[in-house]
Amino acid sequence: MEMNEILLEIKGLKAGIEGKEILKGVDLTIRKGEIHAIMGPNGAGKSTLSAVLAGRENFRVTEGSVTFLGQDLLKMSPEERSWAGIFLSFQYPVEIPGVSITNFMKTAVNAHRKAKGLDALKAGDFLRLMKEKMAFVQMKPEFSKREVNVGFSGGEKKRNEIFQMAMLGPVLSILDETDSGLDVDALRIVAHGVNALHTSEKSVIVITHYQRLLDYIVPDVVHVLKDGRIVRTAGRELVAQIESDGYDSI
Amino acid sequence: MDDKTEKDILQDIAAREYEHGFVTDVEQEFIPKGLDEDIIRLISAKKDEPEWLLEFRLEAFRRWRKMKMPSWAHLDIPEIDFQDIIYYAAPKKDSDRPKEIDPELEATFEKLGIPINERAALAGVAVDAVFDSVSVTTTFRKALSDKGIIFCSFSEAVREHPDLVRKYLASVVPIGDNFYSALNSAVFSDGSFCYIPKGVRCPMELSSYFRINAKGTGQFERTLIVADEGSYVSYMEGCTAPMRDENQLHAAVVEIVVEKDAEVKYSTVQNWYPGDAEGKGGIFNFVTKRGICKGSGSHLSWTQVETGSAITWKYPSTILKGDNSSSEFYSVAVTNNFQQADTGTKMIHIGKNTRSRIVSKGISAGHSQNSYRGLVKMLPGAENARNFSQCDSLLIGDRCGAHTFPDIQNASRTAVVEHEATTSRISEEQLFYCNQRGIDPEEAVGLIVNGYAREVLSKLPMEFAVEAQKLLSVSLEGSVG
Repeated sequence: MEMNEILLEIKGLKAGIEGKEILKGVDLTIRKGEIHAIMGPNGAGKSTLSAVLAGRENFRVTEGSVTFLGQDLLKMSPEERSWAGIFLSFQYPVEIPGVSITNFMKTAVNAHRKAKGLDALKAGDFLRLMKEKMAFVQMKPEFSKREVNVGFSGGEKKRNEIFQMAMLGPVLSILDETDSGLDVDALRIVAHGVNALHTSEKSVIVITHYQRLLDYIVPDVVHVLKDGRIVRTAGRELVAQIESDGYDSI
Repeated sequence: MDDKTEKDILQDIAAREYEHGFVTDVEQEFIPKGLDEDIIRLISAKKDEPEWLLEFRLEAFRRWRKMKMPSWAHLDIPEIDFQDIIYYAAPKKDSDRPKEIDPELEATFEKLGIPINERAALAGVAVDAVFDSVSVTTTFRKALSDKGIIFCSFSEAVREHPDLVRKYLASVVPIGDNFYSALNSAVFSDGSFCYIPKGVRCPMELSSYFRINAKGTGQFERTLIVADEGSYVSYMEGCTAPMRDENQLHAAVVEIVVEKDAEVKYSTVQNWYPGDAEGKGGIFNFVTKRGICKGSGSHLSWTQVETGSAITWKYPSTILKGDNSSSEFYSVAVTNNFQQADTGTKMIHIGKNTRSRIVSKGISAGHSQNSYRGLVKMLPGAENARNFSQCDSLLIGDRCGAHTFPDIQNASRTAVVEHEATTSRISEEQLFYCNQRGIDPEEAVGLIVNGYAREVLSKLPMEFAVEAQKLLSVSLEGSVG
């Protein structure tokens, strides 16, 4: 079978925070079109991995390399990574009081366009795009006027993340514990959104502790991250094994 | 990426820091520097003033000489040599065409985004353009006078409407009110005068634009706004100055009289030169603004966006005298680098059922110091009066300071005063969230700060709101990263 182009390649990645090493040598290759699940117990380094990939400043990389579409990802600022097509769905989306969803997304979308040398979207075109993507995650029209994540329920916050993902059209989406705090209905909406956005050119990393979300977003490859290392990589059948036997069995 | 080099981008950012810092090359006349009775007589003579006004000035000067610079504010003010300031500077008129506006001046205001040529002017905004010590022109006067509205320079009002000026001048801010108001009363040069007759709703925004240009001078403008019974006016004020290493003094007095059932909205976007990143230069902005809600049911609303000046000392205040009168104070004060601001308001409740609301948003970055100072005073007769104050401070970085000095004096048994205060920081999480969505750190700070100040910005007239939003972002450039 012909292999797809490599999108992301992580080699020997060691990283930590405040002098404490959390990732102790991670290797991971993701090809275009693939959905990877990274599972693992609490404290295994799952969120650190997503933070390092998105370029969060307070995490320090001490060793290893990360290549994204042939570029050295670790040399890029968080916004440059966003422009290049990396999207992180946050585990705890932050509130930005006084800033409407519309204003926030207009700023983000136009920053992406500027990076590509395109003019800012016309107001009418932008609003049409908003409307289309909001319907996609079943957001009511009032949603666009609300302040970013202020007073949002857990489900609304995660739907807002997927809405933003739809607006920005990333190549690589990292879903960090997107299932935490979601009821079944919200989980379905979120999963539907992710699946509908998925194409053979795009990839997804689903970071999760539980099987739940993986019933809806079906991974091609499953990794188990334990104590800062990927200790097992297999097909989707691994999910069921973890669910029945726990991480200790790995 | 677009094809700008990194150097271009850096240059753009540096240039954007203060975009109004240019100097207009125009021939100007100055009087000798220093301050004594002869100088005051000279200023008064230059303006062809009546005897009563000269006496007013001299009385103010005599009082001022006995006063001391106030030191109670949380400000570190270097010594000011009041004898080293030029108190009057004006562009020279072409003696052949005294009525014409110098094209250089027209170009200056054009460049500042304040076209003073009526054909090019913003629709619905009448402008009084003040350049150093004189008013250059006032637009749309004809359209306004058709409604009986007087909008002209202060000097002109003294000539054309002496009775009105004499009746209201110093009726809200008495000569000896404070050190700077006394100084202003002695040496004030130009400013705006505005009178809205009974029952008239002013059909356009009135605005004054103050420009300091000459070196070594101070600007001492005087503004008087009178809204007669049942009238309405929205007034806006803007100001800028060149970038210089020396500090320049700006000591204005604004008085507002609101009669029965009248309403005045007063908005300021203060963008005086703030000094450079090391704290060198900038305007000392020591201003007394006060209004009186004189008649019952009158309303006065202050909205200020303070981004400029090296030092700001300013407390737009309202005396709520008429029963059922109300007032609001909405403020955003931004300080960056080595700027200092001590600003707030006083709400003096005298009448029954008077209402006031204070919303203050302080934003400090760099090494700056930003203080809110407020007084809410309920007199014994202020039955059922209400005040609500909300004072929020936002810190960017860890070398700046935010301070709140609220003073509440309640002598009315039935009055209710509420005060809330918060202090917060722009969090690393908020910035990272924006960055992850492709919004760079500078733009992210602008977005977050504008969100934080939204309640105040939404009170500004449309024409000012967009400008103010940009200004907030620009003022904080270089505050992160």
